[in-house]
Amino acid sequence: MGATTLERAGPQPRPDVGVAARARRFVDRYLLFAYTGLAIIYLLLPIAVILLFSFNNPSGRRNFVWTEFSIDAWLNPLGIPGLASAVTLSLIIALVSTLVATALGTLMAIALVRYEFRGSRLTNALIFLPMATPEIVMGASLLTLFVSFGGPPFFPLSLFTILIAHILFNISYVVVTVRARLAGFPRHLEEAAMDLGANEWATFWKVTFPLILPGIIAAALLAFSLSIDDFVITNFTSGRTQTFPMFIYAQARVGVPVQVYVIGSIIFLVAVISVGLTTLAGRRQAAKDFEPIRKM
Amino acid sequence: MQRRRALIPYLLLAPGLLWLLFFFAWPLVQVFVASFWSGSVERGYSFSLSNWVNYPTAIEPVLPHVGRSLLYSATATVLTLLIAYPLAYTIAMRGGRAKNLLLFLIVAPFFTSFLLRTLSWKILLGDSGVIFGPLKDAGLLPPEFRVLATPMAVVAGITYNFLPFMTLPIYVALEKVDFRLVEAARDLYAGPWRRQGTVVGAIVGGGLVAGLALAFGWSPAIPTILAALVGAIIGRFLISEAFVRVTFPLSLPGVFAGSLLTFIPAMGDYVNAEFLGNPDSRMLGNVIQNRFLTQNDFPEASALSFILMGGILVIVMIYTRVLGTDQLTQSRV
Repeated sequence: MGATTLERAGPQPRPDVGVAARARRFVDRYLLFAYTGLAIIYLLLPIAVILLFSFNNPSGRRNFVWTEFSIDAWLNPLGIPGLASAVTLSLIIALVSTLVATALGTLMAIALVRYEFRGSRLTNALIFLPMATPEIVMGASLLTLFVSFGGPPFFPLSLFTILIAHILFNISYVVVTVRARLAGFPRHLEEAAMDLGANEWATFWKVTFPLILPGIIAAALLAFSLSIDDFVITNFTSGRTQTFPMFIYAQARVGVPVQVYVIGSIIFLVAVISVGLTTLAGRRQAAKDFEPIRKM
Repeated sequence: MQRRRALIPYLLLAPGLLWLLFFFAWPLVQVFVASFWSGSVERGYSFSLSNWVNYPTAIEPVLPHVGRSLLYSATATVLTLLIAYPLAYTIAMRGGRAKNLLLFLIVAPFFTSFLLRTLSWKILLGDSGVIFGPLKDAGLLPPEFRVLATPMAVVAGITYNFLPFMTLPIYVALEKVDFRLVEAARDLYAGPWRRQGTVVGAIVGGGLVAGLALAFGWSPAIPTILAALVGAIIGRFLISEAFVRVTFPLSLPGVFAGSLLTFIPAMGDYVNAEFLGNPDSRMLGNVIQNRFLTQNDFPEASALSFILMGGILVIVMIYTRVLGTDQLTQSRV
């Protein structure tokens, strides 16, 4: 191994000149950026389609061909039977599953980072596996569990079974997100608080919690967005209950109404704005955190 | 006091852990049990080990679907890798101040509905849609040319939908590459990749396209030659020895993580095949979904789910044994 490396690198010097060098400089300067621009356009193209087609005025129900510009759907975004209740249901499920999963996941993350205990490897595996499981298997296995249980509260499928599923797939993501924040945590701040006479409870709420809060908020945002968009697992655990993605799926067979594109656009805009605001707030907070240090 | 402290982690873990055990681990066992059921929803099910025949009876008629799932997922994984690598490289190495903005744009698709994004491709790839319509009008494509409702559309949909999953882990791995190593390689006379680059580029480019052509039944000759040519040019002129010997090997963990995060969900996907494909491009996911939700054939559907899960578990276990779980989880956030 060592010999071949020496052999190749040693004897003949290879100055980077000529066509190849110029080509590489061109790549460095323009090509990579041009490529990145194209790739990002590719990634954003469907979003542009969704936004554009929310202003379409299709002749029938099938919103697949551009007909004419209209803001009718935006003025009446819930004006399709069943859409309002589907959106409301999705929001409720996202909210509740986010709250529960964030609470459970944060506790788990604290336990995993802060304590050494028997079974932590197994716990880690149990947290990791749901993220590596195809959604269809997770949904199918939950359905099998609910069906084999055969009675309330698991069967017939309902809002309750959807919630169980959404909390389940959100927990792992929350643990991973909060754990990342905890891993780089300045422990000495906690020790200082304890030295100054705070007990563990006070230290947690006055020092630890405010510092990991950005991680918890990031985890909650992630959980919310995963829940509100989940289709596959919901398809298996919802029965007749219709969430927003289930509504889209049902409509896709007969033609998706424009209003669905409007709601999709609104969800996108709200998500982008809330992420933007969180980033800004995070930056301002970071600036504030460093203020005393700069003054010293 | 000591004993109480030792209990704290378990108390913190208990609610979440119980949730995972009851609703993740136990249902997987339940699927395995259900694959040995016989009976129906109406008459009830009974368990018997002799029902192992569920496995061969379930798998035999869907072998083509399994083959398609493997083919489409593998193709989409290779395509996402080819698209994602230069993208992740540019952001990690040349991103500068725009890094966070670029990363945000990469994950922006996740802020819209997965189903609507896939339906958008139905609009974009339409036979006379924005992409192919003008090309056909200009006579660059024959009028009967179509992508929608073919396997190509399914692969395109999967490629698009999982591209961020590939890009982020590669970005994370490249971000960690110590640039001093690249400089050291240059100091040691690492220059352009020259002859090897030309050959490797031609082989990789030509081989990939030839493989694709064979798998999807196009005529292989012209695309293969073109791809080999493009590969040779890229290998000869655009790739440096320092990249081949330092940066690329160091980014391999990200490449593996991204491939896993693309391949696994692709294997279970049925939305792309349903929205963009035709009845002859249905995948294993479509079969499982149909058996569970339309035919209510729980025993055979469970057998298929268990086969899918078993195959994926083997891949994941080999992966985590070799590389651990860090790469997979870090880039998720």
